[in-house]
Amino acid sequence: MTGSRNSLHAWLLVFPACVLLAAFTHIPIITTFIHSFYSTPRPRRPSRFVGLDNYEAMLTDPIFWKALWNNAVYALTSVPISIALAMIMALFVNGKLRGKGFVRLAYFTPTVLPMIAVANIWLFFYNPQYGLIDQLLKPFGIVGVNWLGTQSTALWCLIVVAVWKEAGFFMIFYLAALQNISPDLREAASIEGTSRWTFFWRITFPLLMPTTLFVMVNAVINAFRLVDHIFVMTGGGPDNSTSVLLFHIYTVGFRFFDQAYAATLTMVLLAILALIAIGQFLLTDKRVHYE
Amino acid sequence: MSLIDHHDTTGEWLETLAAWMLGLLWLLPLLFAVWTAFHPSAYVATFDLFAPLTLENFATAWNAAPFARYFLNTVLLVTGILIAQFILCTLAAFAFARFDFRGRDFLFALVLIQLMVSPDILILENYITIRSLGLVDTLPAIALPYLASAFGIFLLRQTFKSIPKDFEEAARIEGCSTLGVLWRVYIPLGKPIYLAYGLVLVSFHWNNYLWPLIITNSVSTRPLTVGLAIFASPDQGIDWSVICAATLMTSGPLLIAFLLFQRQFVQSFMRAGVR
Repeated sequence: MTGSRNSLHAWLLVFPACVLLAAFTHIPIITTFIHSFYSTPRPRRPSRFVGLDNYEAMLTDPIFWKALWNNAVYALTSVPISIALAMIMALFVNGKLRGKGFVRLAYFTPTVLPMIAVANIWLFFYNPQYGLIDQLLKPFGIVGVNWLGTQSTALWCLIVVAVWKEAGFFMIFYLAALQNISPDLREAASIEGTSRWTFFWRITFPLLMPTTLFVMVNAVINAFRLVDHIFVMTGGGPDNSTSVLLFHIYTVGFRFFDQAYAATLTMVLLAILALIAIGQFLLTDKRVHYE
Repeated sequence: MSLIDHHDTTGEWLETLAAWMLGLLWLLPLLFAVWTAFHPSAYVATFDLFAPLTLENFATAWNAAPFARYFLNTVLLVTGILIAQFILCTLAAFAFARFDFRGRDFLFALVLIQLMVSPDILILENYITIRSLGLVDTLPAIALPYLASAFGIFLLRQTFKSIPKDFEEAARIEGCSTLGVLWRVYIPLGKPIYLAYGLVLVSFHWNNYLWPLIITNSVSTRPLTVGLAIFASPDQGIDWSVICAATLMTSGPLLIAFLLFQRQFVQSFMRAGVR
């Protein structure tokens, strides 16, 4: 077979997938960038070049800052908590636990449920009149708190749901990594009388680092990408206290029909994702020993 | 085991207890929903162990909204995406794994961008594209942005790369064409990965919400997630027990499949994730 024919075959093989990827990922990224410099087309006012006007408007939009802040709080709390829990779960399930199968099942189940369904169930949990949380807190004299309707608590309610939904999923990656750690290490350590606590911090935790990095990147992306539960539980409220970036983009684009401004907001989201990618690349480069 | 472990028994016992407590805590929301769905709405807030069991909530939910149609839409959607991704990602992954062509590495790097920037984020531009194609509110419109996947290409490329080239050469000597080699050698050897990939894909798209919400606006196209969200929205004023029944119903097939194939599910997610 000649080289050029080989090359033709290869191009034919990648062509359909690449066209679709380009049409729904790469080209939209470019058009988002372009649209962010134009005004939104209106029936009697066609779109025109406005330079950085949209960006200037964004900097003075309090809801944008609020959504960005909320998203940062959401990511910076839900990600570390779910990673820590995922690690603990994996250590539990990887040991000689009684009823291991059942416990693993319990941890993992939220992962297969749709976020929409999960949100409905939690909505009920948080209900101020007959929600389970309200009933549990009744003996302590805390009654009728509208958890989702109060600005100071609503975002935390969503964070709890995110942690509950994601920890079991991340556990799987740790479980896979733990199974690759040689049991000889544990044995050698126990002969030397190393406590389990020391063993974890000195041996297991560093060996899990590559997994932690991988999980962290995915968790942070999810923190910016997953907004389904917000639609069901709070609708971004009260007073935008649970609006995050993607939710704000949706609101601006599909409720206010402000295409240009939604594109500008999307550029911020893309910039954040690019930063995550660069961070991952830089951190990954250092662990040469891995793989 | 060794002497040292002897001291650990209390610790181990505590660990087991903690693991179980966390497990029960994790199952609590689901158990709560099950309890509510199978009891009359009068018992919503009271946990009476002797409350009568009923299936009425499921019947009410099923009759109150076109769930049969939503189910059909979701099944069609997920099947379509599964078939398309299997074909498109297999072809592309094969080329990236086994062909040497100019611009391959650059093209592959471009493909990987989609791992970071999933179509969920580009909702606005994708909506404009779909609108210009005249496909708004159709099933293909929900599927189109997801028909090719960087995750699938990446996963299958890794798999194909790990298959010894000798197998391919042997098949070539026997007269297999390029696609013949793919069909006879690579795909059969990649079977466990296809299972893993398939399970991850089905659970992702069965559960997907934002894009279908944006692109659909009628009963004949809405998938289950969007249908459920509309059904359960507070302004509908529907009983909690009925909402819980609907919630369980829509996640039911996936949940039952998960309980039946628990081991495969967990292993699949592991396999798909580790690469």
